[in-house]
Amino acid sequence: MIILAVIAGALALWLMFTYNSLVKLKNQTLNALKQIDVQLKRRHDLIPNLVSSVKGEMKFEQDTLEKVINARARAINAAQSGNMKEAFENENIITQGLSKIMALSENYPNLKSNEQVKQLMEELSHTENTLAFARQFYNDIATKFNIAQQTFPNNMIASALGFGRSELFELPADSKERENPKVDLTI
Amino acid sequence: MNIYEQQEKNKRLTIFIFAVFFVFFILIGLGFDYFYLGTVSGAKPKYKWNENGYYEVSGTSSQFFPLGTILASGFALVMSFSGALSGHKMVLRSAMARRAVELSPKEKQFVNIVKEMSIASGLPQPQAYIVPDSDLNAFATGFSPENSYIAVTEGLLEKLNREELQAVVAHEMSHIRNYDIRVMTVAAALVNAVSLISDWSVRSARYSSGRGYSSSSSRSGRGGGGILILVWLIFVLVAPIISRILALAISRQREYLADASAAELTRNPLALVSALEKIRMSVEPTYAVNNGIAHMCITDPRGSLIEEREGLVGDLFATHPPMEKRILALKLMAYQMSGQTRSQSLGGIA
Repeated sequence: MIILAVIAGALALWLMFTYNSLVKLKNQTLNALKQIDVQLKRRHDLIPNLVSSVKGEMKFEQDTLEKVINARARAINAAQSGNMKEAFENENIITQGLSKIMALSENYPNLKSNEQVKQLMEELSHTENTLAFARQFYNDIATKFNIAQQTFPNNMIASALGFGRSELFELPADSKERENPKVDLTI
Repeated sequence: MNIYEQQEKNKRLTIFIFAVFFVFFILIGLGFDYFYLGTVSGAKPKYKWNENGYYEVSGTSSQFFPLGTILASGFALVMSFSGALSGHKMVLRSAMARRAVELSPKEKQFVNIVKEMSIASGLPQPQAYIVPDSDLNAFATGFSPENSYIAVTEGLLEKLNREELQAVVAHEMSHIRNYDIRVMTVAAALVNAVSLISDWSVRSARYSSGRGYSSSSSRSGRGGGGILILVWLIFVLVAPIISRILALAISRQREYLADASAAELTRNPLALVSALEKIRMSVEPTYAVNNGIAHMCITDPRGSLIEEREGLVGDLFATHPPMEKRILALKLMAYQMSGQTRSQSLGGIA
C-alpha cells in the first residue's frame, strides 16, 4: 500500500515536472517566434524609406527595387490573411533583393558618401542580421522543445498533454537560395 | 560540457572564490591579531580583586579580542557584497568607460550589434560602453545577464569591420551567458581588496613593531613565533600575487569556450579569427585598462606578448591562452562547419 502510494507520488511529481518544463520551453519558442514578427515589421517599415532614398540613384536596378516592393506588399497581405507559406516565400524574396541592393549600393559613389543612406544601410543590415539571428534562435529553442517532447520518457505523455511539434525555419530543398547568392558587381 | 553545466560550474566557482578569498582575509586578520594587536592588549595586564583578598593578573589570553580578524572578515564580507552588487561600476569606472551614444554612426552600429547578439543568444540586452583608448580591446562585466555591460575601446570600433565587431561582441555575450562575468567581476573586486588589506596590515604592522619592547617581548614569549611571523609576513606579501594568479587561471580556461560559443552565435568563426588577428597585431598596451581587470578583457591589455610564451611563466601569469591556439581552434571550427553546413549555410541568412 505504502509502496503504491510512493510510486503514485513519484509519478505525479514526474508528470508535474515534465509538464512544467515543457510549458516553459513552449513559451520560449512562442516568444522567439514573436521576436521574428517584430523584426519583419521593422523590415517592412524600413523598405519604403530605403527605396525612396536610393531609387533616384539606382536607375539601373529599378526592377530589383520593384521586386522588393511587390514582395513586401504580398508578404504583408499573406500574413494578414494567415497564409504563412506565401508570406514566408515573399520574405525570402525580400531577403534576396535587399542583400542585392546593399551590395550594389557600394557601386554608387553618391550613395556611398551620402550620410543618410549610410545610416539607412546600417539600419537595414542591422534589421537583416537581427532577423537572421532571431530565426536562428527560434530554430535552436524550437529544436530543444522538439527534443524534449520526443525523447523517452516524455514522448509517452507529451502529445497527451497537448504539446505538438514546432516547425523549424527551413528553406525548401529545391529553393534557389540554397545556392550561393550570385551578386553581379560588374556594372 | 554544455553551457548549462558551465553556468552551474561558474556559480559554484563564484562561491568557491568567495571562500578562498575569505580564508585569505581571515588568515591575514588572524596573523595581525596574533602578532600585533594581541601583544598590544597583553602589554597592559589587568588586575582583578579575587576572593582571597589580593590582586591577581587575569590572563591576557582570556581577554583576547580578535579585532584584526573581525575587521578583516568584515571587510571581506563588505567587499564581496559590494563586488557582487556594484563591481561592474568599479570596473567600468576604472576603465573610464562611458555609455555609447547613438548619434555617432560607429557607436550606433556597436549598439545595434549588441542588440543583434542579445537576440541571437536570447538574453536581455546588455548596455553598450565605450573605453576611450586607441588600443584594440573589449570586456564584459556585470552580475547576471539581466544586469550586464559590454565595453569596447574606441580603437576597436575604428579598426574592425561590422562582422569582426559582431564576432567580438558575440565573444563577450558568451561570457555573459556563461556567467563568466560574475566570476570575473567578483574576482576583480576581491583581488583589489586583498592587495589593499595586505598593504594595510604590512604598514600598520611596521608601525606597531616600531613601538619596540612590547612586540619583541611577546615574540620571545610566544616561542616559535619568529618563524610563524615570517611565514605570515611572506603570506601577506605574496597574497596579492597569489590572488591575481588565481584570477588569471580562472580566466584562461574560459576564453576558448567563449570563442567557441561566439562562433556558435554568429555561425561565422572566420570573422572572429580576423578580429583576433587584428587585435593581436596591435601590441600597444591598453592604457585605460589597469592590471586589476586584465583578466576580463578579450586579450591581455598589457600588450606584453606573454600569451605567446608557453611553459610555466605563461601558464602562471598569462590572462589568456596563446592567441595562436585560439585562432587555430577557430579555424578548425570553421573548417568543420563548412563541411557540415554547406547546404544550410544560407539558412542563417535567409
